[in-house]
Amino acid sequence: MTDPLVRARNLVKRFGDFVAVDHIDFDVLPGEAFGFLGPNGAGKSSTMRMIGATSPRSGGELTVLGWDPDQAGPHIRARLGVVPQEDNLDLELSVADNLYVYGRYFGIPRRQLRERMTELLAFAQLSERAQDRVNDLSGGMKRRLTIARSLVNEPALLLLDEPTTGLDPQARHLLWDRLHGLKRNGVTLLLTTHYMEEAEQLCDRLVVMDKGQIVAEGSPRELIANHVPKEVVELRFEEADAPGRAGRVDGLASHIEVLADRLLLYTEDGNQTVEAVLNRGLSPANVLVRRAGLEDVFLRLTGRQLLD
Amino acid sequence: MASMEIPMSLRPLHYFWTTFVRQWRSDISTTFLTPVLYLASIGLGLGHFIAHGRALASLGGENYLSFVAPALLVTTAMQVAVSRSTYDVYGCKNWWSGAYRSMLATPLSVGNIVTGHLVWIASRGLMASAFYLAVSAAFGAVHSPAAAADLLVGPAVALAFAAPIIGYAVTVRHEQPFVMIFRLVMVPLFLFSGTFFPISQLPAGLRSLAYALPLWHGVELSRGLYLGRLSSLAILGHSAYLLGVATIGVLAARSTYRRTLAR
Repeated sequence: MTDPLVRARNLVKRFGDFVAVDHIDFDVLPGEAFGFLGPNGAGKSSTMRMIGATSPRSGGELTVLGWDPDQAGPHIRARLGVVPQEDNLDLELSVADNLYVYGRYFGIPRRQLRERMTELLAFAQLSERAQDRVNDLSGGMKRRLTIARSLVNEPALLLLDEPTTGLDPQARHLLWDRLHGLKRNGVTLLLTTHYMEEAEQLCDRLVVMDKGQIVAEGSPRELIANHVPKEVVELRFEEADAPGRAGRVDGLASHIEVLADRLLLYTEDGNQTVEAVLNRGLSPANVLVRRAGLEDVFLRLTGRQLLD
Repeated sequence: MASMEIPMSLRPLHYFWTTFVRQWRSDISTTFLTPVLYLASIGLGLGHFIAHGRALASLGGENYLSFVAPALLVTTAMQVAVSRSTYDVYGCKNWWSGAYRSMLATPLSVGNIVTGHLVWIASRGLMASAFYLAVSAAFGAVHSPAAAADLLVGPAVALAFAAPIIGYAVTVRHEQPFVMIFRLVMVPLFLFSGTFFPISQLPAGLRSLAYALPLWHGVELSRGLYLGRLSSLAILGHSAYLLGVATIGVLAARSTYRRTLAR
């Protein structure tokens, strides 16, 4: 059995009285893509920053690449790649300068760094833009540059905090493609996201976080199988009065979520449930039958939606 | 060939140097143009009147240019240091540069960042001092080879200001306090630290204040070196004072940086 790259037991982060991370346990294994899924404020970024050895933990145990971040921060950071939630590229400097300066922080010799930069620019599809100021790049390009930069030291573990937040779908798919490529090359990925699709696309295993705690753990498929039935029927009504209708679908599904604008009926057979709904004389404006996903797992576990 | 490892504390200089190379044109006025203008207008222009007045004796016998030039070297080092340690620190901490956050994700520690930034500001003080020294020598204001030691005085003054100020600047949430530092600290010090007239002219209370603040020590040191007439004891005393302030500043800055950046 290989040792985990990251191991946390009873990990805690407090800011004053506020408990951002509340006694969590997890292991990240070599070569896997591990995700922290949860809404804003769930404690994902605080966890990432503790793993990144930039934020001291308030309690519990944490080892990263076999070291304690409190003791060996510089050693750990030398072998990590970090993609923070907000790009911290220097907007005034060129694409190439951003890579160069960052590589020099790691003490990479000049010549070796130049070679590495050529590869990284190609990886990020920014070879043509090497001499342009970062300020002139699109959001997707900046994000790719941040990811390329995080790879400059050939990290053993790549931390990605909300890697595609704020990007348009096309830019997001391009990034996922890059990240899949890294995974194929054996890079261990650790990412946070509040996008279900991203978690489903990228993560081998994930934990669902809410209010600083881990509420579920598993592969995306396991999480769905363990926490929700196969299908979901979404009912939207003309008047925004979904809660008022909730009583009328009682018993038609194994579980019902009442949202402001719609009802979600969790069921093994969506079409059959729709029929039953119509038989009760309800006339929703819009009916959608779909497969249950991680969004539903989250809703089921926390009673809240991921994206508000 | 074995590659030389650059010490962690000097690695931030890659960033500052790269930025400087890209942007030096916008810095040129504080560092280079202003000194020349001051030397010409105050040293030569105003000095012309003083040379013919009664005041000359109280300046120590040299012309006014020789009195004011060494002081302006030091005040320039201070100005460079204050501007570099306010807005630049704010920028490095916040989004438009993000430099500190980038550095923190690498093997660099908070202490390395403090040291690296201060070494850079001291280097800027050195650049300004070197330029100033050359210009004032060209104006004929340097009277002793000892003036070369001003290449250390400039950076020392820069550090004595920069260290406490970066420690403060990293904690602020808005830029407004910087304007106050310029108006309420830098300008009065510039005018009343023996730069343009001996502080013996000041009322006793203000004089003790001038003694207590770092700029006057730098001015005395620089002037003594330019004129070649400062006792070793005085050199030692002023230098010790400047380095003392810088040391306390560094310790304070390390603590505020840690509290602000490593949360």
